[in-house]
Formats: sequence, structure tokens, C-alpha cells
Amino acid sequence: MNEQSALNEQSALNEHSGISDHATELAEMVRSVLGDHLDDSTAGLDAEFDPALWSVLEETGLTLLSTPESAGGSGGGPADAAVLLSEAGGYAAPVPLAETDLLAGWLLAESGLPVSTGPLTAVAGELSLRRSAGRVAVAGSLDRVPWARHARTVAVLVPGPDGGELVVALPAGSCSVTEGSNLAREPRDGVEVDTELPADAVGPAPQGAGRELALRGALARALQLCGAAERALELMVRHAGEREQFGRPIARFQAVTQQIALAAGEVAACRAATDAAVRSVADGFAAEATALAVGIAKSRTSAAAGTVAAIAHQVHGAMGFTLEHRLRLVTTRMWAWREEYGNEAHWDGVIGAAALAAGPEGVWRMITGGAGH
Amino acid sequence: MTRRLVPAGAPLDPETEQLRGQVREFASQQITSGAFTPRCDVWLSGWDPAFSRRLAERGWLGMTMPREYGGHGRSTLERYVVTEELLAAGAPVAAHWVADRQIGPSLLRFGTEAQRQRYLPRIAAGECFFGIGMSEPDAGSDLAAVRTRAAQVAGGWELTGTKVWTSGAHQADAFFALARSSPVDTTDRHAGLSQFIVEFDSPGVEIRPIRLLTGAHHFNEVVLDRVFVPDDMVLGEIGQGWKQVTSELAFERSGPERFLSTFPLLAALVGELGHHAPSAGDTAMRELGSLVGRIAALRQLSLAVAASLASGQAQDVPAALVKDLGTRFEGDVVEAARQLVAVEPDPSGAGFARLLADAVLHKPGFTLRGGTNEILRGVIARGLGLR
Repeated sequence: MNEQSALNEQSALNEHSGISDHATELAEMVRSVLGDHLDDSTAGLDAEFDPALWSVLEETGLTLLSTPESAGGSGGGPADAAVLLSEAGGYAAPVPLAETDLLAGWLLAESGLPVSTGPLTAVAGELSLRRSAGRVAVAGSLDRVPWARHARTVAVLVPGPDGGELVVALPAGSCSVTEGSNLAREPRDGVEVDTELPADAVGPAPQGAGRELALRGALARALQLCGAAERALELMVRHAGEREQFGRPIARFQAVTQQIALAAGEVAACRAATDAAVRSVADGFAAEATALAVGIAKSRTSAAAGTVAAIAHQVHGAMGFTLEHRLRLVTTRMWAWREEYGNEAHWDGVIGAAALAAGPEGVWRMITGGAGH
Repeated sequence: MTRRLVPAGAPLDPETEQLRGQVREFASQQITSGAFTPRCDVWLSGWDPAFSRRLAERGWLGMTMPREYGGHGRSTLERYVVTEELLAAGAPVAAHWVADRQIGPSLLRFGTEAQRQRYLPRIAAGECFFGIGMSEPDAGSDLAAVRTRAAQVAGGWELTGTKVWTSGAHQADAFFALARSSPVDTTDRHAGLSQFIVEFDSPGVEIRPIRLLTGAHHFNEVVLDRVFVPDDMVLGEIGQGWKQVTSELAFERSGPERFLSTFPLLAALVGELGHHAPSAGDTAMRELGSLVGRIAALRQLSLAVAASLASGQAQDVPAALVKDLGTRFEGDVVEAARQLVAVEPDPSGAGFARLLADAVLHKPGFTLRGGTNEILRGVIARGLGLR
């Protein structure tokens, strides 16, 4: 098949499968950027921030993909962010894309605070704020802030007076960072702050910001998990075809292929759940049904992470169980990300409570999205 | 780099959601009026021709068939929504199930004009029910091993052999029998198979019950002893039987019946747990949430496959994934229900105890029918490029 006909076929396939040309083009662009810069290197234990990759992503408008243009972003929708985060998850890209765009970019822009270039991060926490003469004294500490040591701004969502919430934009230089990490050795840092900032470093958070930040975080990790799980599946399929034992590729053993097929099922269900969640946030995060769709996506991807990673390692045998093997770039992330922004136990509790509240007659309505009578 | 295993779905349009509302209201009225009691696995066990005809009156049988054959020219997704609402309600849909799901579409695709005229209007009216004649005592997962012989005679074919697991043969009008019309070609075992429309009142047809674990009579053994099938009752082309029977498998493997067989038990479980008001951190609550999250994801997967099939894309691997995941889910509902509620299953009881009893006894079939899950995982593995 020549290249053109292959392209046509791909585009016809996407048309029929409901994937827009736009999404396909975006995915190809992201793959080309990430593929050019990442080489599956397993040299270092730590997920070292990649400044060269970050520059390219920034130049191509991918770092603030879904942040509004008025705030300096690219003005894309949730579906665009979903493509980017899935791919970044699959490539184990060592850059804070989810934190910069989906979390901090949104939080800062919605609070009327400037969205700077460079990596950003966001967290909900508690800081003491004391205002005086155009200044505000900020003090407190924050735990496990993703990528804080590399962030130009840490956007902190804090409780405000009279039940509202505020956003504090902490500039990099104002914090003292204690380095920490998750299982994949991605930065999850402690942040200490005791400083004075201009009063305009604090803005009013939008209504329901705490709830939305949690949902955005869960959706971001669900998408990253989904991409990582798809990558793990790809790696096991490749390995099973290449690795020979008893004189034949291990893909010839049904005991092996049955396990890979089980992993494929988990991966497919993850993708269906995250697709549904992404569709549901097209109209914002306010609806209860949206919260449920995001919770289901995070629950499913978190639960599948364990199953898929276990099968991936079993298929790879002892050679996948080392620092040198690229498999760990995705499996350690899956084990880390499944715990962040609520693991499956957390979200299953939320979904179960909603099902009980819906009752035996309402649970089907809940599953089908509240339509009908 | 990452490769999608599943087509992207899309939200259902408002008209389809409105149709859902109508079906839901109808089912709820039927329950209230005592027309049916919700049961598990109704597409196998809920045989009720009167109920099927009530659906037909509302235009909910033969939905996707053209109007000229008594159908309603509606979309695959509209049919999907009607089907999932009825299954979720535990409504008795078994009588028309096979005719509506696969016989109608097969006749439209492979049937002659006379065959379509003969059966389609009656299928859409709920007046003609069908069975499937594929499996045999020595041909289960290995369907190409069928031994029923079709010998050419003057004016037609003479079928001799035994078919098993034919649901509803004792109450239905006819089935499609897969038979060997020429000897086995060891280099191509799938060649030489053909499909025949066999009416159960033909001379030489004997139907014997095969009772299920529940004691109920749904399955049959159908013995064909030199049953004459005229040439005009051959379905499609002689020798193309394998291609014909496998061409529609993705539809039946990915439908809502692959994850909703125990939904009435799941709904009842919600009711039972509601009496005890567990807190959000409880194991029971989490277990319930996990089941609800799983079924929601499965439904999205199944809907995405349905939409893609409707647009003409082959989806054999995603369809096999739906069936493997969905039927295991159906079984897991049973396990959760029996562990979370201290009620013994009671086959002659009512409510939760009865639903649980039926579900436990039907459960082994979920992962067998329509291709065992192990065989489907082989399909998945091949689709992934393994083997």
C-alpha cells in the first residue's frame, strides 16, 4: 500500500469511528513532537524535567492548549486536552502538561490572575493571608505539589472569607521547596512559603473551584493513565511477538495471549470511560452527571492500572522488572497516578453513594445519563 | 503512539433519548399492571408472545427493517436504546429475540425477495419466531466441525443431523440450519457450509427438550432426519454459509445483552443495600460503586461499537472485547449480590432471593453462549497481531 492510500484509509477509518480529522491531526502533531524528543531512555531513576521538550511544546502552543486565548492560551477544548494528555501519558513525557494547562492555567485565568509562560502547577491547600497596604503576607506549607521545583508559578486554591475561595499565585522565588517524588520519581514536592506579595497576586476563585479542581485533576490523571495503559499493551504485544522460549515466540502460547487479551479488555474499557468523561465536560464541570462521568473514568483507569501493569510485567518476565527496561516508564506512572486525585476506592465510594441515592428504580437512569422519565 | 482499541462514541440525539423515555414508561406501566415481573437473563428465559406483540404494536420490533417489509426504518442506535431499556427492566423479550436480532438482518442481507416477503412482516408483527441452528453435539466453539449433511435432491436439499442448544425451538416457527453441503476440504474447513431455512413443522423434524440447571425448558435438541428443504429456502449462496454466519457476529457480541443479563439483580441489590444505609467508606458501597462504574463504562464501549457498526466499519475485536468484559461483569454482579446481602437464593421465592437464584443458575451460560470467552480472547489476540 502506498503512503497516500494508507493515509486515506486511516482518515476513512477515523471518520467512521467518530474521531474527528482535527483530533487525528492533533494526535499526529503531538506524537511527532514527543517522538522526536523522547527516546525511551531509561538512564535516570528520576523523571527529570525536560526543558528542551518543554520549549518545543510551548512554541507549538501545546503547553496551554485548553487555556483561553484571552489568557494567553491556545483556546482548545477538552477534547484537544484529552488527546494531548493521553499521548503524553503514553510517552511518559517528563513535563507538567496536565498541571500547567488543565489545572493552573484554568485556575489562574478564571481568577483574573496572569498566566505566565513556563511550567505551572496548582494545588488546593491552606495558607494564612494577611493584607496590609497593597501587600499580602502569605505563610504556610503545602504537601506533594506536582512539579513544584520547576514551576514558575504555584497556583494555590485556599479557603477565603465568608465561604468563598481565593487563588494565590506564588512566584517560584517566593517558596522554599523540599523535593519529594511519586512512585515514578516524578516531582511531588513540599512547598514552604512565608513571604509578602503584591495584593494582586491573590484573586477570587470561581464558584465551586475546589470541586472543579479535584475533577480536573481526576480527569487529567485518567487520561494519562489511559495513554499509559495503551502503551503498556503495545509493549507487551511487541515483546510477546519477539521473545522466544521453547523455540517459539511466547505469543504462540495461549496462556500468554489470553492474559494479553484480558489486558486489552481493561484498556478498551478505560478508553470508553474516559471518552465519555471528556464528552461530558464539553459543557463544563458543573453538572452532577459530569462529576459522575469523571469519577467513573478515574475509578476505571485506576483499577485497570493494577491489572494491566501486572499482566505487562508478567508477559515481560524478569527483564521488564529492571530499571533499564522502558516498561517501567509507564508501569511506575500507572501505579503512581492511580492514587492521585482519588483512587478507585475513593471514587467507587462516591459512585456507590450516588447509586444508593438514585435507588433501585433510579440507578439505570443514572447509568444512562439522566435521560428519559 | 498509543493505539485506540475502540471507536470514539458520540452522545445519542434528543429524539433517541425521547424514545428511551417512551420505552421506559411503557416497561414501568407493564410492571405495575402485573404484565411481567422483572427477571434476570430475560432474553433467554422470558418467552412471552403476547408481550412481544405489544412491543410490535408500538413499532419496537423489526425497527431497523425497511417499511416495505413491515419494519420501521429506524436507526441501529434507536433499536439499541429500546433493547437496553427492555433488558434493564427485566422484560420478557425472548420470544422475538433471535428473529429480531439476527434473522431479520440476515434475511435482508442474504435472503431472496420471496423469503423476505414471507418472514419479515410477520417478524416485525411479533407473529413469527425463530431459533438458531448452529451448534451440534460435536461442534461447539469449533463451529466448522458441523456434521449435519445437506444432500442435493430433486428440487432441493435433504438435511440430516442433530442441532443442539436451540433456544425456543419448541415454541418457534423455524430456524436457520448450518449444514455441510459438500465434503470437508481439509485445506479449508470453512468451505462447503451452507445455511437453510427449516420450518419446524416440516416432516422429519423432531424437537426434544434440554433442561437448564433451573429445570426450565428453553433449550432444545433438534433432530433432522432427511428433512426436505426446497431450493427456494436456501439462505444466500450454497457454500457461503461460514461467511454468512460470521458476518453478523459483531452485532450480537457487542449488544447490551452482553452486560445486562443480571441488571435486574443489580437494581435489586441497590434496593437491599438502601435498607441498611451504608456510609460512603463502606466496602459494600465501594463494591456497588465499582459495579456501577464498570457497567457505565461497558455501556459506553458497547454503544461506541454499535455506532461504528452502523456506519459500516468492521469491529470484530471491539465486539469480542465487549462480550468478554460484559459477560464477566454479569457474573461479578452475582458474586457481589450474594456476598453483600445475607439472603439465600430461593428458586421458588420472590424478589431478591428469586433474582439471585436465577442469576446463580444462569451464570455459567453467560461466558459460553455466542462464542466462549476463551475463543473470543483468541479473536482479540489475533486482532492485536499476536499468534
